[in-house]
Amino acid sequence: MSLKKLGNRTVKLLNPPSIIGNYTIVGPKEGDGPLKNYYDQILDDDLWGQESWEKAESKIQEEAIRAAVDNAGLSIQDIDYLISGDLLNQIVASGYSARQLGIPYFGLYGACSTMTESLALGSMLIDGGFADNIICATSSHFSSAERQFRFPLEYAAQRVFSAQWTVTGSGATILSSYGSGPYITHVTPGKIIDPGIKDASNMGAAMAPAAMDTLIHHFRDTGFSPSDYDLIITGDLGLVGKSIVLDMMKKEGYDLTGIFTDCGVEVFDPQKQDTHAGGSGCGCSAVVFNGFVLKEMAKGRYKRVLFGATGALHSTLITQQGESIPSICHAITIDINSE
Amino acid sequence: MDKLNKKDYENLVNKKVPKPTYGKNMIMAFIVGGIICTIGQGFTNYLQSVGFNEEQVSTGVSIIMVFLGSLLTGLGIYDKIGKIGGAGAAVPITGFANSIVAPAMEYKSEGFIFGVASKMFIIAGPVLVYGVGSSIIVGLLSILFKG
Repeated sequence: MSLKKLGNRTVKLLNPPSIIGNYTIVGPKEGDGPLKNYYDQILDDDLWGQESWEKAESKIQEEAIRAAVDNAGLSIQDIDYLISGDLLNQIVASGYSARQLGIPYFGLYGACSTMTESLALGSMLIDGGFADNIICATSSHFSSAERQFRFPLEYAAQRVFSAQWTVTGSGATILSSYGSGPYITHVTPGKIIDPGIKDASNMGAAMAPAAMDTLIHHFRDTGFSPSDYDLIITGDLGLVGKSIVLDMMKKEGYDLTGIFTDCGVEVFDPQKQDTHAGGSGCGCSAVVFNGFVLKEMAKGRYKRVLFGATGALHSTLITQQGESIPSICHAITIDINSE
Repeated sequence: MDKLNKKDYENLVNKKVPKPTYGKNMIMAFIVGGIICTIGQGFTNYLQSVGFNEEQVSTGVSIIMVFLGSLLTGLGIYDKIGKIGGAGAAVPITGFANSIVAPAMEYKSEGFIFGVASKMFIIAGPVLVYGVGSSIIVGLLSILFKG
């Protein structure tokens, strides 16, 4: 019998894990953005002394994880499991950073939803008594994503206005069965929703219905309403997706005005930084959550946050075959109190 | 969300996505494409003035413009020209050079065989295939109907 299940799909953690450490590393463009004061480390050079963008991304993730462990006052030996993922084929940025770290490793692919997917699974492992300390991490890199999903960097292409800019950066969070919060209290896993969008440069529109589906189920399952939260923040819907969610949630009877935003909207300044519809990539929600959200929670500005990173689970191959983009959103509740 | 109507949703999305700035794009393409062609014309006039014949001039100008397109790609400037000029930067021969040099640079990390050489034509490949293909068809038609 499932003791911790609420309603249709939400889990209420009876032994909520505490976030005891975190760290963010971002590239120069992110470090020039509106959230620059929230990041722990800003790189001058996004190749970071490596020979390729993929190796650079892996190093960024590895260093973010090591620094997060330090930040938690632990050492690598204290960590039970590493749960991480990224956007690259066969999630190599994570696999190769895990090679350096030597911690039992679960690799995830949830595209840009990976930050909440890893936090959701990590929380459930700790709540279930399977581990004491878990690292949840993701990364993305503009240049490694461009060459995998779009065009070579120097190719003279124009970007459409609905396109988003992949964040270069990594965020790592340490979850523990000990600690004094903030706590992860609820997990609402997402279901794949496919609204039929086929344009890979309009991911915000492809992912918005998945975000709405998870948010609505979260509210129904838990009995919470939007006003129970100080902040509701989705993954990387960008400006187009955020606007769709606000409108459609209102039609469903949930008014999110004033408490809802999106990591892809917050991470860049679209006018000054020419990022069109906003940021994207696993690293986007990872750095906004570990940078902005957790630091503002520590300051006391937010007491309870609903965080739902969104992911588009397509590949260039299958969109070329004419398929639409299936999307997902996993949501977690972060609360400064464990009750 | 189970009752989401894909047609209605598509209409909503179309309202939310900012429209491309067609007017501005066309003007910028005209200006940038015009500048590139004027530079080409400048080289044509110069080569003619120093006494090259028509065939030598057209070959020479192509070589110079391909070189300039490649050089500007290597220096990281041509993608910025392309961002402003759009098709005005893509259609001239300098854009063709860019479409080959950009992947050649990008895939150097995978080595000279499986990287540079095999990925060099990922963008220009279709242009070559259908360009050469259609020239064969036009050539055959011209033989049939002229002859």
